[in-house]
Amino acid sequence: MTVGLNEYLYLSAVLFAIGFLGVLVRKNTLIIYMCLELMLVASTVALVAFSRFNGTMDGNVFVFFILTVAAAEVAVGLAIIVALFRRRQTIEVGELNALKN
Amino acid sequence: MSAILFNLFAIFTVACALGVVFNRNTIASALCLLLALVGVAGIFALLEAFLLAVLMVLVYAGAVVALFLFIVMLLDVSGGERKPFGKATVFSGIISAGLLVVGLISFTKHGAQTTAELPAGAAASGSVLKAYGEQLFTTYLLPVQIVGFLLLIAMLGVIVLSKKFQGLEDIK
Repeated sequence: MTVGLNEYLYLSAVLFAIGFLGVLVRKNTLIIYMCLELMLVASTVALVAFSRFNGTMDGNVFVFFILTVAAAEVAVGLAIIVALFRRRQTIEVGELNALKN
Repeated sequence: MSAILFNLFAIFTVACALGVVFNRNTIASALCLLLALVGVAGIFALLEAFLLAVLMVLVYAGAVVALFLFIVMLLDVSGGERKPFGKATVFSGIISAGLLVVGLISFTKHGAQTTAELPAGAAASGSVLKAYGEQLFTTYLLPVQIVGFLLLIAMLGVIVLSKKFQGLEDIK
């Protein structure tokens, strides 16, 4: 078996779907956040694979920016979660229903 | 050889990703995320993007997961145990994730494709460190500046978010 572009794309798709599943089924905000990170990483796998198989640098450089933005996003998101916890004493999405009704 | 390594890393990564979703303990989930990211770094190394593999371990596994673990232990939410899933949630979640996979696979099967196989002896542009620097400081100079600014704003945002404001009306 030779590993082509398709195999990498399948892996990326499966990883993305697992992250998506996690965002849908889990109720803990922190886990949802981890699954979001998983989806970002899955997209980087596809970018690097495309870059490798097309012989260009653009995908690799784009992954750079994704890494940077993900780091900033995690910092802000976790600060929001901590602020939320300080105010509401919970991070379960089922109990965060201030906008309901 | 590379096929064996790919299978190894792919199965490892997917298993750890599933561990993130289905673990009962939040800390175990974070550690599974760490392992999954290491697996992805291995995949990057197979794709000869060595710098990205190292960065993946440094930034994600080093900083992001450490931050996650720190927050999990700081908040210590409800003993760390998850509630059982609702049947409808799991059903709809699996259906939608499955549809996503099927859609992407059918895209790779039927979509326009030019480079399914690696041409023999093709140079890996991502393995040269110099190429990154050249790209980042010529073609992508403006995005680099913008991302730097974004990091600054994120830092300020975190400081503001974690500051305690006196006399702010409670919206609880």
